[in-house]
Amino acid sequence: MFEDVAISLKIAVEAGTPILLASLGEIYAERSGVLNLGVEGMMMLGAVVGFATTLTTKNPILGVLLASLVAALLSLVHAFACVSLKANQVVSGLALTMLGVGISGVLGRQFVGSPLPVRVAEASIPGLSDIPLIGKALFSHDPFVYLSYALVVILWFVLYKTKLGIEIRAVGEDPSAADAAGVNVALVQYGCVALGGALAGLGGAYLSVVYTPAWIENMTAGRGWIAIALVIFAMWDPLRAVIGAYLFGGLEALQFRLQQALFFGYRIPVTLLGSLPYIATIAVLVFASSEAVRKRIGAPSALGKPYFREERVF
Amino acid sequence: MKLLSLRSVLEKPMVIEEISLSEMQVELGEPLVQMRGIVKIFPGVVANDNVDFDLYAGEVHALLGENGAGKTTLMNILFGLYSPDEGEIYVAGKKVEIRSPRDAIRYGIGMVHQHFKLIPTLTVAENIALSLANAPAINPSKHLVEEIERYSKRYGLEVDPSAYVWQLSVGERQRVEILKALMGGARALILDEPTTVLTPDERDELFKTLRRMADEGCGIVLITHKLEEALSVCDRITVMRNGRVVATVRPNEVVAADLAKMMVGRDVLLNYEKPPSEIGEVVLRVEGLRVLGDRGLVSVDGVSFDIRSGEVFGIAGVAGNGQSELVEAIVGLRKVESGRVEILGRDVTNQPTSRVLGLGVAYIPEHRIERGIAPDLSVVENLILKSYRNPPFSGRLAMNTDYVREWGKRLVEEYEVVTPSIDAPVKLLSGGNIQRVIIAREFSQEPKLIIASHPTYGLDVAATEYVRKKLLEQRRRGAAILLVSEDLEELLALSDRIAVMYRGRFVGVLEADEITLDRIRVMMAGEEEAS
Repeated sequence: MFEDVAISLKIAVEAGTPILLASLGEIYAERSGVLNLGVEGMMMLGAVVGFATTLTTKNPILGVLLASLVAALLSLVHAFACVSLKANQVVSGLALTMLGVGISGVLGRQFVGSPLPVRVAEASIPGLSDIPLIGKALFSHDPFVYLSYALVVILWFVLYKTKLGIEIRAVGEDPSAADAAGVNVALVQYGCVALGGALAGLGGAYLSVVYTPAWIENMTAGRGWIAIALVIFAMWDPLRAVIGAYLFGGLEALQFRLQQALFFGYRIPVTLLGSLPYIATIAVLVFASSEAVRKRIGAPSALGKPYFREERVF
Repeated sequence: MKLLSLRSVLEKPMVIEEISLSEMQVELGEPLVQMRGIVKIFPGVVANDNVDFDLYAGEVHALLGENGAGKTTLMNILFGLYSPDEGEIYVAGKKVEIRSPRDAIRYGIGMVHQHFKLIPTLTVAENIALSLANAPAINPSKHLVEEIERYSKRYGLEVDPSAYVWQLSVGERQRVEILKALMGGARALILDEPTTVLTPDERDELFKTLRRMADEGCGIVLITHKLEEALSVCDRITVMRNGRVVATVRPNEVVAADLAKMMVGRDVLLNYEKPPSEIGEVVLRVEGLRVLGDRGLVSVDGVSFDIRSGEVFGIAGVAGNGQSELVEAIVGLRKVESGRVEILGRDVTNQPTSRVLGLGVAYIPEHRIERGIAPDLSVVENLILKSYRNPPFSGRLAMNTDYVREWGKRLVEEYEVVTPSIDAPVKLLSGGNIQRVIIAREFSQEPKLIIASHPTYGLDVAATEYVRKKLLEQRRRGAAILLVSEDLEELLALSDRIAVMYRGRFVGVLEADEITLDRIRVMMAGEEEAS
């Protein structure tokens, strides 16, 4: 029983990692004032690029890196449309998702069903992984999970404790004030969107290269959307994103458990179980929104609004 | 760090000479900044037309003019927010190009905007760190605390570095802005309408600080449209009108009326005639009103008063003491927690706004763009915003277009709205003309009660004069008027009685014969008079 719980927690962390990575990236993009609804598309593209690269080169590290890079490049399309051309961020983001999902569908068709010849080995951290329960749940993973731990801490520190973080928050709250303070608004937004793309790509590649690791159709299955919802749940704070991501990871782990379980002699339909994360997304959004209203914590004030410098105010 | 180095690479092409006023020896009385032949054209408007401007070290220089005269545009150019279409700028005698605020800051030019450029969700120290190019990359706010305190003491700008900006009063926020500029090495400091949001005491404090800074060798530009400010605290005054400089004078060479004439281009009424009017029945009665503000705290705390027809009831007070919430509660835009609002004897507490307005209430809102007009609609559409659903404006099926247009043309003429046509989007009009459109719409209905919230805020001399005259006209006609304003002279000129509001309560209500500027000033700071 004890061992069961530990394994469930371990799966929760692993299932939550791609969502966590994508959320962290989106938090940065939104903190800089750019809403990117293209997370799903960038994850998909990352997944297919990571998979294809790993399949041909047998090098998962290269696969994941290339996936980040390509997804970041895709996100730059969004940045160009929204920051430079001041286009509607919602429309551009949705277009990005369609583009990413479409490309990965076409490229991935040939891979459907094929497993990867290489696996990313688990690397337990000596000492820490011997702690009961927690050791198994948190410290017996592949290196990418540890990378996500490090990213959470680093991204939190940068956002709250450095000049760069102040600049990012300022741009998202009031770009004209940031501009007046001498911050290069466009550069900060480009940087944050690209970081968002890179992390979404990393999350997608983690799914196809490490977590699954095989190619199946609709690889990300809406995880990009869940990541966007998580950003709100996390109130744009990298540390809080951890909780949400592992909660969703836990739901995924739970799904597999419940498939075997009987309720009053009946099996719960798999499709119903499969919809759990999405139902939870709605619940989380309702909860987070009412919480935010109660505490009067809002999204970054300038989120979604393009910034025009020479706009004449009437 | 990667991002920072990337930034410097991206900016390489801009060749910036190493000139900074903070390090240059500019003697008192020598020019810090010279602007020559500045031209700036916005679509349809020449905002600056061949403007010259000098700022010397050690002077407080007023840039005086009406709204739309081009003062702010000129200074935004100097601060790198706008790029001029023509003209040259010299800093300490050397020609420079200022492409962004960052360039301006590097040259030692600072600016405190009318709308503060502070981020409310950041602390004071974080806001200052944001603006300093040389702030440490890691933990900047912690490192800056000492320096902030040193500057605070030196210039008398007291503020808590670890407080969040949203917690600060307007006066404190302004101090943060000035600190920001000073710590950024500003020697030429531009202040855009700095006194509009301050209490009289805060204003005096600010002027003392500015004088101190000038004595230390700074040059200060004070953008203003208030004559008495220019005359009382400045060493030189440059007057602008329609994008051009009319004259640069010293305050001892002119009197207020001369300046007003230069600004407007004709003689201006500085005193208003207010004949005694016939006081009639009670039109508005407010009893024990309690209202919550946006943050859920009590903003109006047990306020009671009556206004009779033919009477102007003024409410004085520094912004943020519950005036806005009081007005919104009366017109039904904000929930009343307890208490009563009666208009013409009818209880309208928590009634829909349409019903309140339907009783013959005219509302001139504080935020004229957001609440007073529909910016993208045309002038004529805005003129019928309140009456479009009633005949004769509306027929059985469709609008009665001919009548509406006829009516719109008549109002535009009667209220002297300057607009290319009645079909122009109202947002293209100047602030003064937008206010004329609102007044035309509201006053043409012969209202019984007028609620005017900061009706002349941000307007120029001519428009202000017009609005005040119209309000007095309505008073003569027998309307009851609730006038909320921060402009004490306006309140004094128009009101029959004045209540002073502080932290949600009336500190006191002064009758006409008791009203003096000094008494109101004392009360605005929250001190009740020992009487």
